[in-house]
Amino acid sequence: MASTGTSLHNRRKLVNTIMASLTSVCALLVTLLLLLIIGYIAVRGISSLSIQFLIDTPKPVGEGGGIGNAIVGSVMMTLFASVIGLPVGIAAGVYLSEYGRNWYGNIGRFVADTLIGIPSIIVGIFIYTAVVLPMGRQSGLAGSLALAVIIIPIVARTTEEMIRLVPNSMREGALALGAPHWRVSWNIVLPAAASGIATGAMLAIARVTGETAPLLFTALNSRFYNYYLDQPMSSLTVQIFNYATGPFEVEHAMAWAATLVLVAAILVINIFVRTLTRKRY
Amino acid sequence: MMVENSMPTLSRFGIGFLAGMEWKPAQEEFGALPFIYGTVVSSLIAVLLAVPVSIGVAVFLVEQAPKSVARPIAFMVELLAAIPSVVYGLWGIFVLAPFIREYLGPFLQTSLGFLPLFQGRLTGIGMLTGGIILALMITPIVTAVVRDVLEAVPVTQREAALALGATKWETTTIVLGNAASGIAGSVVLGLGRAIGETMAVTMVIGNSPQISASLFEPANTIASLLAANFAEATDKLYLSALIEIGLVLFLVTFVVNALAKLLIMSVASGPDRAKHT
Repeated sequence: MASTGTSLHNRRKLVNTIMASLTSVCALLVTLLLLLIIGYIAVRGISSLSIQFLIDTPKPVGEGGGIGNAIVGSVMMTLFASVIGLPVGIAAGVYLSEYGRNWYGNIGRFVADTLIGIPSIIVGIFIYTAVVLPMGRQSGLAGSLALAVIIIPIVARTTEEMIRLVPNSMREGALALGAPHWRVSWNIVLPAAASGIATGAMLAIARVTGETAPLLFTALNSRFYNYYLDQPMSSLTVQIFNYATGPFEVEHAMAWAATLVLVAAILVINIFVRTLTRKRY
Repeated sequence: MMVENSMPTLSRFGIGFLAGMEWKPAQEEFGALPFIYGTVVSSLIAVLLAVPVSIGVAVFLVEQAPKSVARPIAFMVELLAAIPSVVYGLWGIFVLAPFIREYLGPFLQTSLGFLPLFQGRLTGIGMLTGGIILALMITPIVTAVVRDVLEAVPVTQREAALALGATKWETTTIVLGNAASGIAGSVVLGLGRAIGETMAVTMVIGNSPQISASLFEPANTIASLLAANFAEATDKLYLSALIEIGLVLFLVTFVVNALAKLLIMSVASGPDRAKHT
């Protein structure tokens, strides 16, 4: 009896050790993968990165070329999308948390969650039918609107969660002093949740900076510097896609360099925001 | 609005649109089945590969690793989620595809080559590559949700199991059992992501509307069909067909996400969680 007892004990210990090592291997695998991807981008990207590359426009294969207009296009569309998307998203979040404890708020919450879940290419198609077809051409405006549609639900939900963290006693104190409900939301609750809301907004902006699918047929692409939102506009992501799927080695090298620029920007925002707040979203 | 614009094909092909095998825009023949097949198979590959690893990582982070180890790893997993789709695609074309062509493919063919799954020409571009890239991309989100779900299981459960003399792993199986419906939800959520993922798949799956038993053959998904062809669809019927298939994708992801949400909610916001917060 004693021997079966110890063998069972040994087996349980063995299983425990095996499973513990297996989960560690999983964690190691995922970590290595990230380092592998980022490392590869850094190595391949740096070799073809230059100042000229950052300011040039795309040229016929063999004559160099760069991503200057793509950077400008990405920045402009992301900025414009933020200008539209952030106020709407934050306002929606305030509504959901401060006034939204009813059927209307529940519907709003459900719609926001649905929008977060739908593929970004569907957003592109929606904007295509809603903006591009009536306008008769692709434009930076349509691209910005597509990005804004992606920003709004994300920001609305993070804003709502951040505002929920503001203690109720603060609202009660202000209300007891005679402040109307809107003033409590605007002057007390919003400032208290400001840093959390800013974090959510930054992460949403980082997310849309990397979006390609919704821009493919809304903003299209352009070979030139373009500062007008009613014209087709180039973006870093679409440019990377075009270079990567092109047939020539030179184009692939430029795809890696452009990717380095894009990933660096996105990771810097992410690392900065996340270490600053030390919270997880 | 999307329904309105897809009326031409809706009225012309009806339900047969979804079952049609041929996709020939020039002959005005539109059948969505190859794309539906490609979407389903690539997403299933992704889920099969990603879910065990994700659960492993989540268990490691919540149940095993000390905080000082868990925090940086959790951070890295989040960064993995921040990398844009097009970057995964680029990496897929130039790193993963050659790897499959040179190493993984030949290995699978010599060891499992009798299965029709692993026969055929090795180009590196195809269903399997698409599935693996998708697996990489959904791992962070599945990990994050499983982690949340595990954290929602009350500590008292673990204490009780440990007090009865269970090993660490036996305790973990009990925790996993309690979190089962939430984990199922994370799997469905991952599936939803995989179904809708566009750019990376477009770049590695080969974009060919065929149904083939082999995982090495090129295929196509709904999302990548849209990405590759939407800009050049000038013909009204063609455009309508693309919008209709987009509508299908929208409805499918909608249902899948709603299901995932219900499953996750049943665990993450249960009565136990309320007590602890």
